[in-house]
Amino acid sequence: MDWGALHTILGGVNKHSTSIGKIWLTVLFIFRIMILVVAAERVWGDEQDDFICNTLQPGCKNVCYDHFFPISHIRLWALQLIFVSTPALLVAMHVAYRRHEKKRQFRKGDQKCEYKDIEEIRKQRFHIEGSLWWTYTSSIFFRLVFEAVFMYAFYFMYDGFRMPRLMKCNAWPCPNTVDCFVSRPTEKTVFTIFMIAVSSICILLNVAELCYLLTKFFLRRSKKVGNPKHHPNHENKEETKQNEMNELISDSCQNTVIGFSS
Amino acid sequence: MSWKFLRDLLSGVNKYSTGIGRMWVAVVFILRLLVYVVAAENIWKYEHDEFECNIKQPGCENVCFDHFFPVSHIRLWALQLIMVSTPSLLVVFHVAYRENREKHHNQKLYKNPGEIDGGLLYTYLISLILKTGFEIVFLVLFYKLYNGFQVPRLVKCDIRPCPSTVDCYISKPTEKMIFLRFLVATSCLCIVLNLSEMSYLVFKYFIKCYWKRHVKKCQ
Repeated sequence: MDWGALHTILGGVNKHSTSIGKIWLTVLFIFRIMILVVAAERVWGDEQDDFICNTLQPGCKNVCYDHFFPISHIRLWALQLIFVSTPALLVAMHVAYRRHEKKRQFRKGDQKCEYKDIEEIRKQRFHIEGSLWWTYTSSIFFRLVFEAVFMYAFYFMYDGFRMPRLMKCNAWPCPNTVDCFVSRPTEKTVFTIFMIAVSSICILLNVAELCYLLTKFFLRRSKKVGNPKHHPNHENKEETKQNEMNELISDSCQNTVIGFSS
Repeated sequence: MSWKFLRDLLSGVNKYSTGIGRMWVAVVFILRLLVYVVAAENIWKYEHDEFECNIKQPGCENVCFDHFFPVSHIRLWALQLIMVSTPSLLVVFHVAYRENREKHHNQKLYKNPGEIDGGLLYTYLISLILKTGFEIVFLVLFYKLYNGFQVPRLVKCDIRPCPSTVDCYISKPTEKMIFLRFLVATSCLCIVLNLSEMSYLVFKYFIKCYWKRHVKKCQ
């Protein structure tokens, strides 16, 4: 079980996403998960070993490290990526439920069911409308909330997004205010800013997708309202014309009859 | 042999589960197994190396670490994941038994071997009870072993060969505590899902029984 398994699970959702949703998924896997696995994990790999404090007092380093890094960047990113990916499962569950219903209809031999076989139902792509629209929109909303919460948590915990070279620590059992040096601070700052930037791009993509879905929804509604089945004025004009034509026809018939009779 | 085996096992169980059962599988996969593999394992990776005592006496650190961590959090977590997923095998075995029986008798004995009715309902309920039981047992174990889901920064140790009461410092205690509490939260969520699924199945069974009796009376 690893990120590859998450990719398999979310890949199925991709089929039923909008184009912006597909772009979001690509950005998530390439610029966030892959960067985390192949690069960021190496940078933070030796973090506590190479966190050096200017004291020989046993325990001081442990305590200072714990004070400055209550939860490591890398773990916070991993949690963020997991939480941000989970709302897409709502859509996957909804689609699976719809497919299950259609398969049930097909098996009952319902005449309303327009599929030829079960394979067709399995491969079918559902359009984002009706209740699926609500599920999809809620999933985007939750994604946005999780992204915002984690970005705020980062900012709050680490006082901005910069990794300092030196930290001063005087937590017990350190005998006095002790200098502690973080390993690879510049590289960590670069990766932190990169991950924050990509997070922001994902937030923008989610907002764009939300706007797109809302616009589509309102356009569809206004089309339904603007395309009535019966327009009274139009009908009256048609009726009047038909009446005139009927009179003409009946007049000409009468004339013909009179003509014949005479 | 790795977590992939558990993943395949749970995917197989998914086919015969109710909707709530599938939610349970999703929670176990994503919020427990995936978090364990990609985040939690690395926190506890060097726990022994980074456990430091304020003494140079050889053996003191080893003895103190062993005293405070009889079974490491991360191993207990892994055991919990395995034990909690295994009762689902009962359902898989029962369905396989049904299919085998149909093949043996060469006729259709069940409307659908995977449908949760008759004996399979009891097997499913037993698997839910076992899953919930294991979750509760492990939560109690965590609570008793680690003094209420706490990971302190400092522990005092005076076991031989430590010459006196010695200060020992645990590495990354805050991060460990956060993940421990996350584990407890997801465990509780899984217990709630299991109990809801049990109530749903029992309720559905009673409604079915009542309806059948009602139909019979009318006839």
